[in-house]
Amino acid sequence: MSPETIIQLSVVILLLPLLGFTLLIFFNKRLPRQGDWLETGILFLALALSLVVFAVKMVSYRHETFQATFTWVNFGNVPGFGPMKLELGIMVDNLVAIMLVVVNVVSALVHLFSIGYMHGDVRYGRYFAYLGIFTFSMLGIVITNNFWMMYVFWELVGLSSYLLIGHWFEKKSASDAAKKAFVVNRVGDIGMFTGIMILFATFHTFTFSTIFESMQSGNIPLGSEAWLTAAGILIFCGAIGKSAQFPLHVWLPDAMEGPTPVSALIHAATMVAAGVYLIARAFPMMTADALMFIAYIGAITAFISATIAIAQNDIKKVLAYSTVSQLGYMVMGLGVGAYTAGFFHLVTHAMFKAGLFLGSGSVIHAMHHALHHAGDHHTDPQDIRNMGGLRSKMPITFWTFLIYTLAISGIPFTSGFLSKDEILAGTLAFGSLTGHKIIPIIGFFVAGLTAFYMFRLVIVVFFGEHNDHHRIEAVRESPKTMTIPLMVFAALSFFAFYSPNPFGAASGWFFDAIHRPESVVPLAVAAVGIETFEEALHHSHSLAMILSLTVAGLGILIAFTTYYWKKISADAVADKLKPLHTFFLNKWYFDEFYEWMFVGGTKGLARAYAWFDNRIIDGIVNGVGSWTKAITLGTRQNWEEGSIASIFYLGITGVISLYVGWIAGAAMMPFGASLGTMVGYGMLGLAVAGLTFFLFYVGVGGFDNSIVDGLVNATAYLAGFLGLLTRRVQTGKVQTYLAFVILGVMVFFLWFR
Amino acid sequence: MNFLGIGTLSWITFLPILGMIAVLLLPKENRNAIRWTALAITFLQLVAAAFIFFNFNRGLAGINTVEGMQFVEKVSWINIKGVPWFGKIYVEYFLGVDGLSVPMVLLTALISFVAVIASWNIEKAFKGYMVMLLLLDTGMMGVFVSLDFFLFYVFWEVMLLPMYFLIGIWGGPRREYAAIKFFLYTLLGSVLMLLAIIALYFSVTIPDPTTGEKIYTFNMLAMMNPANFEPGSLLAGTSTYWRYLAYIALFIGFAIKVPVFPFHTWLPDAHVEAPTAISVILAGVLLKMGTYGLLRIGYPMFPDAANHYSWALAVLAFINIVYGALCAMAQKDFKKLIAYSSVSHMGVVLLGMSAMNTQGMLGAVFQMFNHGTITAMLFLIVGVIYDRAHTRDLDAFGGLAITMPKYTGIMTVAFFAALGLPGLSGFISEAFSFLGAFQTHRYITIASTLGIVLTAAYMLWTLQRVFLGQPNEKWAGLPDINGRELAALVPLAIITLWLGVYPSTMLDIMTTSVNHLVEFVKQGGAAVAMLPK
Repeated sequence: MSPETIIQLSVVILLLPLLGFTLLIFFNKRLPRQGDWLETGILFLALALSLVVFAVKMVSYRHETFQATFTWVNFGNVPGFGPMKLELGIMVDNLVAIMLVVVNVVSALVHLFSIGYMHGDVRYGRYFAYLGIFTFSMLGIVITNNFWMMYVFWELVGLSSYLLIGHWFEKKSASDAAKKAFVVNRVGDIGMFTGIMILFATFHTFTFSTIFESMQSGNIPLGSEAWLTAAGILIFCGAIGKSAQFPLHVWLPDAMEGPTPVSALIHAATMVAAGVYLIARAFPMMTADALMFIAYIGAITAFISATIAIAQNDIKKVLAYSTVSQLGYMVMGLGVGAYTAGFFHLVTHAMFKAGLFLGSGSVIHAMHHALHHAGDHHTDPQDIRNMGGLRSKMPITFWTFLIYTLAISGIPFTSGFLSKDEILAGTLAFGSLTGHKIIPIIGFFVAGLTAFYMFRLVIVVFFGEHNDHHRIEAVRESPKTMTIPLMVFAALSFFAFYSPNPFGAASGWFFDAIHRPESVVPLAVAAVGIETFEEALHHSHSLAMILSLTVAGLGILIAFTTYYWKKISADAVADKLKPLHTFFLNKWYFDEFYEWMFVGGTKGLARAYAWFDNRIIDGIVNGVGSWTKAITLGTRQNWEEGSIASIFYLGITGVISLYVGWIAGAAMMPFGASLGTMVGYGMLGLAVAGLTFFLFYVGVGGFDNSIVDGLVNATAYLAGFLGLLTRRVQTGKVQTYLAFVILGVMVFFLWFR
Repeated sequence: MNFLGIGTLSWITFLPILGMIAVLLLPKENRNAIRWTALAITFLQLVAAAFIFFNFNRGLAGINTVEGMQFVEKVSWINIKGVPWFGKIYVEYFLGVDGLSVPMVLLTALISFVAVIASWNIEKAFKGYMVMLLLLDTGMMGVFVSLDFFLFYVFWEVMLLPMYFLIGIWGGPRREYAAIKFFLYTLLGSVLMLLAIIALYFSVTIPDPTTGEKIYTFNMLAMMNPANFEPGSLLAGTSTYWRYLAYIALFIGFAIKVPVFPFHTWLPDAHVEAPTAISVILAGVLLKMGTYGLLRIGYPMFPDAANHYSWALAVLAFINIVYGALCAMAQKDFKKLIAYSSVSHMGVVLLGMSAMNTQGMLGAVFQMFNHGTITAMLFLIVGVIYDRAHTRDLDAFGGLAITMPKYTGIMTVAFFAALGLPGLSGFISEAFSFLGAFQTHRYITIASTLGIVLTAAYMLWTLQRVFLGQPNEKWAGLPDINGRELAALVPLAIITLWLGVYPSTMLDIMTTSVNHLVEFVKQGGAAVAMLPK
């Protein structure tokens, strides 16, 4: 197969789900079964094609990168630059080939699962349409060769995430969560966009390879290394949002308001991993400082969310925080320089975490039906405290769930063991090379926590006896469309798919295909080189394996002692550590803090500005209007109104009158006048002031009415015209006024000419 | 390019006047004849605009050369000799378009057409309404095609009058206040602009086409050439006090129209009171005149001042973007919210303009077009719901997504276009404006990105309050959007989507002119500097 065919196939893979979306969004009501078969069929076709691309890429072109570009916008002959074009395009390298398969596998299986899970939903057809546009956008992120399209599809997955979280928008909590997801992501996105602006200002292109080549030849953004680091960190901000890293992790747990298959697809396996993918793509331009920042953010995220996960009782919330924690792991892995391991964890995690969510979906589905059957509408079907003993009722769900749990806990013979172990070895190497030992410490601690809370979940949900038999009597295993995806994901959680050696991934195809790219930043600010890192990694491997197995075993042991054998009372521990437990249960109060600080703050600011706009800015505008009126009608009326403004106005007119009088008196007074003359001119000044104030008092219009009317007719006519002019200002006939202004202005300019 | 001996641009400008006369001759009871006449006229105008669009030579720049202008019509209009002080008054009927004006011509034709559809069922004095609408159409179109400052000013003022009546007679409860405020405010701008025009008039001379003696001129292109400034005249030289002052006067004149903070408070009132179609025109076309004027007149005639004050423009743009978004967020009236969102979105145009480079200016001009189509959609959407429920209170609704699904679908496109979702046109112009502005005003641009988040927040919050949640019992019987309303909205939605995916359709029209303008403004200042003071 030629490279052109690979590119063409990739484009077809990209566009297939879009086709599905377009058909379903307009015609879902007219298609049989609302078109679920169409969209699912399309996805399986895309999966088959992506497997072909993957196989050909791996077998025939393992070390090549294919790109295809086209001119999207032609800026023409840009002043000070020359001809400039905006090229967009796609690329296929190993990263892309793998991601295409990952996205399509998860998406196709989630489609299949949804047929059972969403059966009878009010917006069944639209749901599948949204899945289609999501898959399209996600594939777009994967396949692009430039930052512009990355950002475009980045926002589009945000849109599909918004639509799917809000699928049941009748619920306030769902529409709130959708809005929160979009807005929080946007915060990260403006960081990413700023990073892109920095790059564009220097390189005038968005293409990864062109930017990196230019950087390698010594061009750095805005000519400073600080901006280079800033660009790296800002690009990473996009990942902070999308991959739910601290401090923007708050949207992901709420996103569980969406249908559970959506959580599996978007909020566990693919979209949230896009951030990790972005870091992998931008990796060559990351300076040591930027990578350090990334590593710390990842570690902090992994730690915070693991502590929250142990205290949650909602099955999806536990899994959500576990996802955040694992994403932190991947980000940390990339940050410390374990590029391949970080990306490998993305792939393995996608499989078992999608499985975990679908498994939880299967449980919730069964619980929901059983509760419905029992006529119980008050019990929460997602609360693990209402479950227990589901093992015998749902054997397939149980066994597959157990396999995923083993994988996420990092037990040998699973894929999770391979990838997690590599990341942990990477953190150890990083710790020994840079002295930042806290990173590996957090890494291992979180590994233990993960094993603990995941086994807690398995034990509480599936083992033991249920306290109310009647309630779960009707729990049944889910239909085939749901259990088949579970089994496929379980199979994909075994080591054999990734490496022949269950205790090391290094000999597998994955590590052969994916290599950490060379850094393109100046040596002075670059992270430790690949050779040095590999060397350190080599030394830390066995230690990492022993330690990770120990902490995982310990975590599982504590989980069993507490929840299975009940040697330790969880409640008693929680009671003893009450403040800490409450703190974890309430998710470190992030939501409350953000609600108060940012949501409340912004709304408060908005109200303040609206008030300012209405009262101050518009007040001045209206004030000018009424003061103009006052000049024509006189202050007499304002005085009668008795408002503060009118008294103020009267005061000002008083001051102005005095000033006018003073000017008049002083101007007319001859130089070196005697005291008597001075007094005389002073009197004259006072008279002028009095007259001015009187004019203000009666107004120009009043002057016209009361004084001038009494004078000779000719004068009266002229003044009447003035009065007409001024009074008519309020009636809209301003053209006359305008004519006078024009005349006046013309005279003025002729004078100055 | 002539038809019946009259040029395309004259046709496109004065077609509505023909329509107006036809409507005047029709009996006022015959509403159908009136509305179909108006629709046919605006449709013909749209066809003419499309004709210009497709026959426009994308390789010619225009801006300051008559050779670069296309569809030019240039005849002597006013020619009076021996006027005291003035000498000879010579005004030309001078029309022409380049890459800056073609998008605006197209937008004006499109929005006028949509506005007629949206005005289909006006109850009060239908005939008078259509007459005013068509007159307004001529005024708007004239502004975008005239290249003589006198003519420009005439069209600028012609537009004011029908707008005043359209708001003042067919508006909401506070229509008189809103109309007078709009009128006086705009008039203030006109007066300031007039000051600048007169100052320019007495500074610029060209040789008389027949006798060759020096005469004053209103020709805009002549005013862009530094060599035409009479030495010793008020605006001669470069970076002088008077030049800055004239630029500021011109700027405020245009800023009121945009509107730029703090001259924006006429906008929410005018929008809230105006009938739907008039809001559509107001936001869709009228606001663009301010920014168009700056680009057509302010920048090339005063390149020194434009460069000098570009940072100030960026600051004002930042204020518009963030302040407008925050004010929008606090609104309880649907229409007022959209009005403030216009303030915010026009800030993006200003930001792009302040960039003084290709990406920024291109983004700005493109944003002018996109804001025209997107905001028009938003106002139409508000109109749909107001026609049915007779309230615009954001908290009075909820769950309309269930009662009115089609309406919700088209609303989603408009809302996401307004919040700058990629794949829809607004994103591209916003992104280009930011990309360009960042190269010139780094930190102000970074600060302005805050507006992107705020816009998403208030748009989605509005969407949630009105469309999501449990359906409100009170509006259970609300009929979904009808065919006529869709006919107004769908073309705009398609354009938004098309330009979002393939913006080159429109950008190719602009690039040559924008590049030339950027170069001209950059060099223009220098060229002016070479002249003796």
